[in-house]
Amino acid sequence: MLPLPLVVTARVDLILVLVSLLALWTRLSHLGYPSAVVFDEVYYGQFVSLYMKRVFFIDDSGPPLGHMILALGAYLGGFDGNFLWNRIGAEYPSTVNVWCLRLLPALCGALCVPLVYLLTLELRFSHLSALGAALLLLLENSLIVQSRFMLLESVLIFFVLLAFFSYLRFHNAPTSSWSRCSWLLLSGVSCGAAVGVKYMGVFSYLLLLGVASAHTWKLIGDRTVSHMHVLVQCACRLACLVVVPILLYVFWFYVHLSILNRSGPHDQLMSSAFQASLQGGLSRITQGQPLEVAYGSQVTLRNSASQPIPCWLHSHKANYPIRYESGRGSSHQQQITCYPFKDVNNWWIVKDPGRQQLVVDTPPRPIRHGDVIQLLHGMTSRFLNSHDVAAPMSPHAQEVSGYIDFNVSMPAQNLWRVDISNRGAESEVWKTILSEVRLVHVNTSAVLKLSGVPLSDWGFRQLEVVAEKLFKGHSSSLGWTVEEHRYGTSQEQKEREAELHSPTHIDVDRKISFWAKFVELQWKMLTLKQEESEHKYSSGPLEWITMETNIAYWLHASTNAQIHLIGNPVSWGVANLSLLAYQLLATVYLLRRRRGFKDLPDGAWDQFLSLGCVCVGGWLVNFVPFLLMDKTLFLYHYLPALCYLHLLSPALVEHAHTHLLSSVTYQRAMCMCASAILLSVFLSYQTFSPLTYGRPELSANQLQGLKWKETWDILYRRR
Amino acid sequence: MANAECVSKWNSQRDASSLRSRKTVPTSQKTSHSKCTAVPENRDCQKRAEDDAQPSNGSSAQLSVELNDKTPSKVQLMLVAGLSLCTRLYRITQPPHVCWDETHFGKMGSYYINRTFFFDVHPPLGKMLIGLAGYMTGYDGSFPFSKPGDKYEQHNYWGMRGFCALLGSFLPVFAYLIVLELSQSHGAALIAATLLIFDTGCITISQYILLDPILMFFIMAAVLSMVKFNQQRHRPFSAFWWLWLLLIGVNLAGALGVKFVGLFVILLVGLNTIWDLWRLLGDLSLSLVDVAKHFAARVIGLILLPLFLYVAIFAVHFVVLNKSGPGDGFFSSAFQSRLMGNNLHNASMPEYLAYGSTITVKNLRIAGGYLHSHWHLYPEGVGARQQQVTAYLHKDYNNLWLVHKQHNDSQSGTPDLVRHGDIIRLEHKETTRNLHSHLHEAPLTKKHFQVTGYGINGTGDKNDLWQVEVCGGRKGDLVKVLRSKVRFLHQATGCVLYSSGKTLPKWGWEQVEVTCSPYLKETPSSQWNIEDHINPKLPNISLSVLKPNFLEILLESHIVMLRGNSGLKPKDNEMNSKPWHWPLNYQGLRFSGVNETEYRVYLLGNPVIWWLNLTTLGSFVIMVAVASISDQRGFTLGPKRKKHSRVLMRGGGLLLLGWLLHYVPFYTMGRILYYHHYFPAMLFNTMLTGVTLDILFKSADLLLHPPYPAWLQRTGHMVLLATVVFSFYLFHPLSYGMTGPLAHEAGSPMAGLKWMDSWEF
Repeated sequence: MLPLPLVVTARVDLILVLVSLLALWTRLSHLGYPSAVVFDEVYYGQFVSLYMKRVFFIDDSGPPLGHMILALGAYLGGFDGNFLWNRIGAEYPSTVNVWCLRLLPALCGALCVPLVYLLTLELRFSHLSALGAALLLLLENSLIVQSRFMLLESVLIFFVLLAFFSYLRFHNAPTSSWSRCSWLLLSGVSCGAAVGVKYMGVFSYLLLLGVASAHTWKLIGDRTVSHMHVLVQCACRLACLVVVPILLYVFWFYVHLSILNRSGPHDQLMSSAFQASLQGGLSRITQGQPLEVAYGSQVTLRNSASQPIPCWLHSHKANYPIRYESGRGSSHQQQITCYPFKDVNNWWIVKDPGRQQLVVDTPPRPIRHGDVIQLLHGMTSRFLNSHDVAAPMSPHAQEVSGYIDFNVSMPAQNLWRVDISNRGAESEVWKTILSEVRLVHVNTSAVLKLSGVPLSDWGFRQLEVVAEKLFKGHSSSLGWTVEEHRYGTSQEQKEREAELHSPTHIDVDRKISFWAKFVELQWKMLTLKQEESEHKYSSGPLEWITMETNIAYWLHASTNAQIHLIGNPVSWGVANLSLLAYQLLATVYLLRRRRGFKDLPDGAWDQFLSLGCVCVGGWLVNFVPFLLMDKTLFLYHYLPALCYLHLLSPALVEHAHTHLLSSVTYQRAMCMCASAILLSVFLSYQTFSPLTYGRPELSANQLQGLKWKETWDILYRRR
Repeated sequence: MANAECVSKWNSQRDASSLRSRKTVPTSQKTSHSKCTAVPENRDCQKRAEDDAQPSNGSSAQLSVELNDKTPSKVQLMLVAGLSLCTRLYRITQPPHVCWDETHFGKMGSYYINRTFFFDVHPPLGKMLIGLAGYMTGYDGSFPFSKPGDKYEQHNYWGMRGFCALLGSFLPVFAYLIVLELSQSHGAALIAATLLIFDTGCITISQYILLDPILMFFIMAAVLSMVKFNQQRHRPFSAFWWLWLLLIGVNLAGALGVKFVGLFVILLVGLNTIWDLWRLLGDLSLSLVDVAKHFAARVIGLILLPLFLYVAIFAVHFVVLNKSGPGDGFFSSAFQSRLMGNNLHNASMPEYLAYGSTITVKNLRIAGGYLHSHWHLYPEGVGARQQQVTAYLHKDYNNLWLVHKQHNDSQSGTPDLVRHGDIIRLEHKETTRNLHSHLHEAPLTKKHFQVTGYGINGTGDKNDLWQVEVCGGRKGDLVKVLRSKVRFLHQATGCVLYSSGKTLPKWGWEQVEVTCSPYLKETPSSQWNIEDHINPKLPNISLSVLKPNFLEILLESHIVMLRGNSGLKPKDNEMNSKPWHWPLNYQGLRFSGVNETEYRVYLLGNPVIWWLNLTTLGSFVIMVAVASISDQRGFTLGPKRKKHSRVLMRGGGLLLLGWLLHYVPFYTMGRILYYHHYFPAMLFNTMLTGVTLDILFKSADLLLHPPYPAWLQRTGHMVLLATVVFSFYLFHPLSYGMTGPLAHEAGSPMAGLKWMDSWEF
C-alpha cells in the first residue's frame, strides 16, 4: 500500500532550467535552414546513406558510434538513403527531412550547456560560477555552428562532459549507495560512448582514468578502511571504468557489422574471407566455388597487401621494353603486373608440370602445401616465369615474365612451389579464399612479390610484380589468395577463353566469426593511410589558440548569406587569459607552499587542484596531441579543448573573488568586471550571429566589418 | 683521481649505511679510514666517519655480506674494463672494407681532414672526433668512402674504428659504476656490466666508424656524473660537487654535439635537476639565498656551460671547414661566400640585374632552395598538367633562368637594367618555358596557386608576367645582385612567388614546392635574391657580400639540419623498422655482406640478453607496484625490504625514466627509423635489469629459510653468467663476422640459431 496522501516534493533549479531552455533555443531554432549540404555533412552524409542501405563501408576517421547516431537521426526522420552527397551547397530535396538529420547532434550540443553548469557545481564552485560557465558555452558561436549540422564534435563533447560530471558526482557522493555506483557506471558508459564517437575521446578518457586512479590511490592509503572494502572498491572502479568502456567499444562494432551486411565500395580493402561474409559483391561471385584448388583449376590471384591498392596478378599481350629509360636491358618477354580491377586477363590456370592437360580430373587432384605447379595465363597461354634478370623498377629483385622462347639461350624457369603460409598441417590443401600462399620459384627460391611500384607508360602504369629472395620476414605483399575459382573443363584454347569470360556460379556459405571481422576491421581502420593533403581551410594547432583561422561552411548560391565556423572572439580571449592566469597562480601557490606558506586552506587548495586537473588537464590532453599529429587538421578539432577553458574561467574568477581579493571594494570591482565581460561576450555573440545562423543576410560592407582578423576568409560578392 | 675515488667510495658507504637506518658496523669504517689516510684531505673524511660511528646498533649478519662485497670492487672493475676492451677490440680491422654507415661518417671524417665543407643532419662533434682520431693515427683523408663494400687497401682505417671501439668499451664500465652507485650492490653492478660486455649488438655497434658509440659514451658519462653528483648532495659546493656538476655539463654538450638524440639525456638530467631543486626548495632549513645559489650553480653547470661548449664545437666546425664542398647549396648566398672555392667567395659579376642576363634565384627562407624547373610535368590531378617548377637545394643547370622584358626585344649595346616595378618574364634556360602561374590550387599548399613552366621558346601568355619588387625600394630602384631582397608579384592574379618549404612527393623528385601566395605579407618565404648573374655584355665587378656573423651561421645551420632531419621520410618500398620491433629484437641491421661468399656482419642484440631485459622490465613494474601498494597500505616491512624498495623506486625509477625518455619519443617521429636507434635505451634497460635481478635474487628469503636463499642467490648468479656467456659463444659470429652458407642451411656458423624468421643472417 502506498502511503497516502501521495506527495511529490520537487526541487527545481530554475537557473538550470532556464539555461537549458536557452540552449535548446539557440541550438534548435530553424534547424532546417539552410536546406543545403553544409561542409562535412557531405562526408558524414554518405555514411548515413550507406547505413540506410545497409552497405558495408570503412571509415578510418573514427569508430562507428558517431556515424550510427547520425544514422539513427536519419532513420527516425524517415531518410531512405537516396541522396547523392556530392558537393557542399547542394540543395536537399523535399523528401529529405533535414531537421531530423541534424536533430541529434543539436540536442547533444544543447545538453552540453546544462552539463557544464552541473559540472561546475560538482567541482564545488558556486551557482554563479556555474551560470557563468553555462553562459560562456551558450554564447560560443563556434559551438553553436558545430552543433547545428550533421557533425560529430558536439556529440563527442557531450559524452566527455557527461563522463566527467558523472564521475565527479560519484566521487562527491557521501556514502556508498547504489545510486553512487550507478553514477560510476554512467561515467564508464559515457567514456565508452565518447571513444566510440571519435578517437579523440581516448585522451579525455585517459585523463579521467588518471583522476580516478589518483582518487583510488588515496583510498588505498586510507588506513581506516578495511582491506576488503578497498578491494571491493578497486574492483568496482576497474569494472566500471575499464571493462565497461572496452566492452562497449566492441559492442559498437558488433552493431555496426550486424547492420552493414551488404557489400559496397570499400570491399576491396578487406580480405577475401571478410568480403565473402557480405551479401552481394564477392560473395555472389564466389558463392559455391569449389573450395579446394586442384590441377586444372582456373583462378584469379589477389595479393594480400592492400597497399598501395588491392590488385590481382595480371598479364597481357605486351612485352617488357628491350631497354628501359635508365638504359638497363630486360628479357623482352611478356609483362606480368598486378592490376587493381577485375579483368579477364587476371585468370590463371594451375597446371601439373608433369602432364599436358589443362582440365580438372574426376575426381579432382587437390594441390597441397609444398606441391610444385606451373601457372598458365588464361588468355595468352604464357607460363609464369622468373629468371636472373633485374626487374624493371626494383633492380635488386628478379624480373617475372610470361615466358616467350626467343631462342636466346634463356631457358624457361616456370616451376613454382606452393607454400601455404597460414597452414594448419603440413599437408594442408590449397583452399579458395582461405589459404594465403607464397609462390616460391623452384630454380632460384625467390618468392613472387608485389613490389607496389607503378610501371612506366609501357606497362600502362600497372603495378610491378617481382620475385625476391626471401630475407625479410613475413610481409603481406608476398601472400596471394585465390579469389575466383572454378574447375576448368575445356582443353581447347578457344573454348577456354569463352569459359574465362563467363561468370562463375554455384553456392556455399562461408562464415568468419565476429571477432575475426572486428580485429580485421579495426586493424584496417588504424593502418589505412589516406593521402594527407592540405585542405583550403585546414590549419595548424597553434593558429587555433588565437583563432587565426575560420572555416566557411556554407555560402548561399546567389546571395551573401553564409555560415562560418568562427568562435566568439571575446570568450575566446577570456579562455586564453584564464588558462594563463591559472598556470601563473598555480606556480606561485606551489612554490610558496613548498616554502611553507599556506595561502589557501586545505579545502580550497584541493578544490583549486581538482579544477586544474579537470580543466587545464582537459585542455592539455585535447590540444597537445594535435601538435604531434601528421594529419590534416581543422579549427573544429580545438572545440573540445575550448570547452574545458570555458569551464575554467568563471571558476577562476570565483577563486580570485573569495581568496585573492581581501577588500570589499576590489570584490565589487571584480563583479563589475565579470558582468562587463559577460555583456561583451553577449554583444560579440550577437555581432557574429549572422555568420552563425546564416541569416540575416549581410551586405558586403558589413561583412568586411566583421573581418576582425586579416587572416579570416570571409566571402562576399560585390554587386 | 685517487682522491675522488676515496671520497666517493666513502660517500657510497656512508649512504649505504644511512640507508640501513645507520646500522653501521665498525669494520666498514675501518676500511674507509684506511683508504682515506692515503689522501691528503682525509680530515674531512675521518670526521664524517666518526660522525657515523656513534649511533651504531647494527646486525652483524648483513654486515659481513656487505664487507665481502666491498673488497673486490677494484678487481671487479679492472675485470670489467679488461673484458670489455678485449671483446670490442677483437678483430677490429675485420672486415677490411666499408661497412654500412661508415660510408657517411668515414667520409665526413675525411672531409674534416681535407677541410671541405659538407652538410649533415647531425651536429659535428662525432664526426670531428672521428676525423681527429683518423688524423692522429695517420689517415690522410684520401679514401673516398664512396659506398659500402669498398676495400680500404692501404688506407689507415683502424684508428677511426679503434677510437670508436675504445669509447664503446667504456660503456660496461660506466654501467658498472652507475648501477653500483644506485643500488650499492656489487652483484647488481656486475650483472649489468656482464650483460653489456657479452651483448653482440653492443659489440657490433662499437666496432665500426659510427656516431653511436661516441653518442652512447657521452650519454653514459653524463648519467654517471649525474648519479655521482646526486651522491654529493650532502656536501653542496664542495670541490667534488662542482667537479661532477661540471662533468655533467661537459658530457651533455658532448651528447648533443654528436646527435640530436642527446636531447633525451638532457631531458633526463633536467628532470632529475628539477626534482632535486624541488627537494631543496622544500628544505626549510635552507634560506632562499641558499636555494638561489643552488639554482644559479645548476644554471651555470647544466645550461650555460653545455651551451658554451656546444657553440664552441660549431665554431671549430666552421673554422676548420673553410673550403667549398658538396654541402654549399643548402645554405644561403651569404653563407656560401665564406667558403674558399665557392663561386661567391670573392665573387665577381655584374652588379645590377639586367635584361638578357642568366641568373639563379635563391629563396631567402633558411634552407630555401634555388628556383628550379625540369622536363617533367605535374601529374594528372595536380593542377594543370604543365611543367613542374620547384625549389632545389643543390646547384644544378636547371636552376638557370633568363630575364626578359615583357615583350621580346632585340637588344643591342649595353642591356637595360631591371628596376623596381618593372614587368619581366623569366624563361627557364634549359627548357625554354616561362615561369607561369594561374588560378589552380598548388599541389600541397592548397590555399596558394600553382606555379608552372609554360610556353615554348619563351612565347607564352600574359600569365607569364611578373612584377619585380625590391623590398624597401622605391620605383626606379635598381636590383642589386646578391644583396637585394626581391619579390616577384604575378601580374594577372596579384599573388607573390613563394616557397612553402614542403617536400613534394615522388613525382616531384622530393624537391621543395614553389607556389604563388595570395597573402602578400613580406616573409623570407616570398623573398628571393639573385645569386649568380651572368651577362657578358656587362663588366664584372668584385662584390663583397655582407658576411654573416657567427650567430647567424649557427642558427642557419641548425635550421638546415632540422629540415634535413624531418626530410628523411621513409620511402615507400624500403623496409621500415618500427619502434615496437626493437625491444623484441625483432629484426637487425645488415652491416656487411649479403650472400654466402661474402664476409657478413649483422647487427643484432644477443637475444638471450634482450629478452631477459624485456622480462625483467615487466617484473620490475610488478615489483614496484607491489612495493608501493604495500607502502601506501601501511604494511610494515623489515629494514632490508625497505632498503630494497627504496633502491627499486629511486635507482630503478631513474633508469626506467631514462629508458622511457630514450625510447618513447621515437613513436612520435615521422622520420625514418632504424634498429640502432634503440641502443641508448637498451643501455638503460640493461642497467635496470642489473638492479632488478639482484633484488629479485636477494628477496629469495621471502620464500625460503636460510641458508637456502644465499645458495639460491649464488646459483642464480652462476646460471645467469653461464647462460649469457654461452649465448655469446653461440651468437658471436654475428659481431665478429662469418662466411659460408646462410643460417637456414646446415653447415653455417649460425645453423639452428635463426630463432626468428625476421632475422636476416
